[in-house]
Amino acid sequence: MAHTGSPALAPHTKYETHEHDVLVIGAGGAGLRAAIEASASGVSVGLVCKSLLGKAHTVMAEGGVAAALGYVEPRDNWKVHFRDTMKGGRYLNQWRMAQLHAMEAPDRVKELEEWGALFDRTPDGRILQRNFGGHKYPRLAHVGDRTGLEMIRTLQQHGVHCGMQVYMECTVTRLLVDGDRVRGAFAYWRDSGRFVVFQANAVVLATGGIGRAFRINSNSWECTGDGQALAYLAGAELMDMEFMQFHPTGMVWPPSVRGTLITEGVRGEGGTLRNKDGKRIMFGYIPELYANETASAEEEADQWLRESTTGGASKARRTPDLLPRDIVARAIYSEVKAGRGSPHGGVFLDICTRRSAEDIKRKLPAMYHQFKELGDVDITKEPMEVGPTAHYTMGGVRVDPETQQSRIQGLFAAGECAAGMHGANRLGGNSLSDLLVFGRIAGLHAAKYARSHAAPKLDPEEIEAASREALAPFNRAEGQNPFALHEDLKDKMQTLVGIIRVEADLKKGLEQLARLSEAVGRIKVDGNRHYNAAWHQAFDMRNMLVVSEAMARAALLRKESRGAHAREDFPDMDKGHFSKVNIVSKMTPSGMEVREEPLPDVPAEIKQVLEEKE
Amino acid sequence: MSAKATLKVFRGDAEGGKFQSYEVETYPGMVVLDAVHEIQAKQEPTLAVRWNCKAGRCGSCSAEVNGKPRLMCMTRMSHFEEGQPVSVAPMRSFPVIKDLVTDVSFNFEMAKKIPPFSPRPREADGTHRMQQQDIDRIQEFRKCIECFLCQDVCHVIRDHKKSNFAGPRFLIHLATLDMHPLDTLDRRELAKDEFKIGLCNITKCCTEVCPESIHITDNGIIPLKERVVDDYFDPVKWLMRKVAGGPEKKKAKLPVISDEPLRGTFAATPLAKRGEGE
Ligand SMILES: Cc1cc2nc3c(=O)[nH]c(=O)nc-3n(C[C@H](O)[C@H](O)[C@H](O)COP(=O)(O)OP(=O)(O)OC[C@H]3O[C@@H](n4cnc5c(N)ncnc54)[C@H](O)[C@@H]3O)c2cc1C
Ligand code: SF4
Ligand code: SF4
Ligand code: FES
Repeated sequence: MAHTGSPALAPHTKYETHEHDVLVIGAGGAGLRAAIEASASGVSVGLVCKSLLGKAHTVMAEGGVAAALGYVEPRDNWKVHFRDTMKGGRYLNQWRMAQLHAMEAPDRVKELEEWGALFDRTPDGRILQRNFGGHKYPRLAHVGDRTGLEMIRTLQQHGVHCGMQVYMECTVTRLLVDGDRVRGAFAYWRDSGRFVVFQANAVVLATGGIGRAFRINSNSWECTGDGQALAYLAGAELMDMEFMQFHPTGMVWPPSVRGTLITEGVRGEGGTLRNKDGKRIMFGYIPELYANETASAEEEADQWLRESTTGGASKARRTPDLLPRDIVARAIYSEVKAGRGSPHGGVFLDICTRRSAEDIKRKLPAMYHQFKELGDVDITKEPMEVGPTAHYTMGGVRVDPETQQSRIQGLFAAGECAAGMHGANRLGGNSLSDLLVFGRIAGLHAAKYARSHAAPKLDPEEIEAASREALAPFNRAEGQNPFALHEDLKDKMQTLVGIIRVEADLKKGLEQLARLSEAVGRIKVDGNRHYNAAWHQAFDMRNMLVVSEAMARAALLRKESRGAHAREDFPDMDKGHFSKVNIVSKMTPSGMEVREEPLPDVPAEIKQVLEEKE
Repeated sequence: MSAKATLKVFRGDAEGGKFQSYEVETYPGMVVLDAVHEIQAKQEPTLAVRWNCKAGRCGSCSAEVNGKPRLMCMTRMSHFEEGQPVSVAPMRSFPVIKDLVTDVSFNFEMAKKIPPFSPRPREADGTHRMQQQDIDRIQEFRKCIECFLCQDVCHVIRDHKKSNFAGPRFLIHLATLDMHPLDTLDRRELAKDEFKIGLCNITKCCTEVCPESIHITDNGIIPLKERVVDDYFDPVKWLMRKVAGGPEKKKAKLPVISDEPLRGTFAATPLAKRGEGE
């Protein structure tokens, strides 16, 4: 290797430079939607992603995209969607984001149809909508159980004809900033290892979540918290990091697929959770907040299902199987802990006694396939074994609700890597709609920003520093194996900062993270830079550690249980102090600073919407 | 006591390479991709492999396992006879970048050439109405995860590299657009002249390997071929269709494509000649 890592000896780094008005980092739903919007407004757009185009994590989304189209239930409208979202988020959401989201989601979904998406249809030929946890009415537009694929392919096929420049298999390792103003990004091609510098007037982060920090997770390899870490290292703030959603139904057996997701759509189609005695578990776990609207006995739950899935309005109350995810995940956790779990440490999810084999194969083809191929289970004949899996990051980059801009000028964030929309817990289906709504807003404002500001100048020193950091793992005589460190991190996060938390564990977790951070600084990579998996993993580790630390610190500070954040030592939801604050983390010279930030005031007319009954 | 399996994995690049044997410990449910990851984590940290979802959803992990084009994440190790080594090689039709990773940029370039969906206007109430049975067929095509395994096995792509044959993946995309109830473009002339649908001689190899079990040939290519042929050689049928109604479609032109390729893969230059990435 030519570089020694010493600034005095290093020749100037070689790199290619590309200039764009707007650089979008991430080509999932949020990034593609942002890039389309920015391109449409006429500015030059670069779109960077770590994997091939169309493979981003969004492709895995199954159940659907939430939008109050009102096609199946005419009583649905943005206000009901807004109320459901705020309630699901236990009122820690940024109300303005939740409002924009509920109001704009229907248009964003119709726009997808305009670009070629083929959602399942109602008998009268409109978009069909299905029930999902926490949504009062059938609201999720879907395509069987492969909605994410339909969405990403539609955006991709539309996007490549919009004039954007795509840089695929290219990883950004640093944002380039001048004080509090972004000016570009430093990246490398995954295949050749060569460096790339992007000069950009505005940057949109759309890098997704951070599930890979946990032992049991449903996420693709890309979900290593890059955007959150890049923003944090560039001086932006992170918010709501204590809220990590554990999806109640991941596969638990065999070990190879532990954590792989089973869509909530199974329960939307009538599936029920049972313990080893065959008893439906959810009736025992209905919290006060949802008691009024949830069926208290099987008969009523089944009536509701029957009526609401056949298109009619039901007078019965909803089945508790479709309570928000945090509640269902903890119910499963409790059943297993009480010794009533399934053979491999989960509970049973039964659809086979509830729907015909034909219905199951038509409505849930991917689930059928997945269990048959990977689990040796025929779900039309046998129940599935399920348990919680780390799934979605409510926390992320703190942004302005109107524009999605972070505290760094010209730096925007959208999608899973941004915070605020979902508060303490996300409702299923509200992510795909979030990507579309806020992807568009971020793209729009990034383009606006780029047009109204002079292009920033790059600083060779800053680029040199990024290059030194990138090459350091090659220049160590000996050191740590990044894959082994990743295994270590996953275990620590799972056990110490996992689904149920307690102060002593969180403190131990922070010590472990400090140890791991130090070890990550000593990663040694062999070989050269050509498609070097270990080298790639080294960057992922840096990012996951930043985000993991923010999670653990925020979790320690929030002394209550709310939404996805559950503390054994503070099991109740606080009606006072903690109901009024978000937790924000920021880099300081002395390390990570975590503070409380009061929730923005809710205007009277919004309060009124929240209190309305219908 | 856990069982062991032997994998023979291709290691090399555009210049060539060889199969190397690795022994891994197996566990219940293990798939080939797990085994490759075991090797990467414990024996060969620089081993290159593409993957994303490990759930058969993204189409990244295509390779040839024991000579058969497959998704590594959907191929169980228990599928193979115990004690027999399992070979894992990159897709044959695409240039190797490194180890199991190939340059599939051909497909992304092809995708850009297909004139995009162009819908008719919405109904007065702002909706698009389509009956489920009218879209069942194309929803099947849209299950495509772009694994490019069909492209990998198609002999036309293998043998006629320069013919500009779109390949099965993009022929079903053309078929999707052609059968889309809302679309207003007629891409049949392009299907024939530009995308060379005539070169396909219906061997059905593509259909056999499709992990999504899409009936690429029977439901997609053959009907599209018929429609292309109809229009060109049977003016009566063409007239009948016109009289029978259905939306009038405008003839599609190739989209204007910027010279800039989709960036991301450089496999045209052998890796060895690319220097140390400087
Ligand atoms: C199995 C599963 C099922 C789901 N089902 C649903 C559902 O039914 N409904 C719903 O609403 N939500 C669902 N979700 C959640 C939803 O899919 C995700 O939250 C959402 O797709 C995230 O999209 P995104 O655009 O923010 O990021 P992603 O889709 O994760 O895309 C991130 C992009 O950023 C790129 N990137 C990351 N880091 C870098 C870097 N350093 N440099 C360059 N590029 C980078 C990646 O390559 C990728 O292109 C599901 C999630 C899972 C795991
Ligand atoms: S049927 Fe046609 S497209 Fe499919 S593999 Fe054979 S020649 Fe290729
Ligand atoms: S048609 Fe089938 S084989 Fe071809 S790319 Fe799509 S999913 Fe893969
Ligand atoms: S890794 Fe996604 S299909 Fe195999």
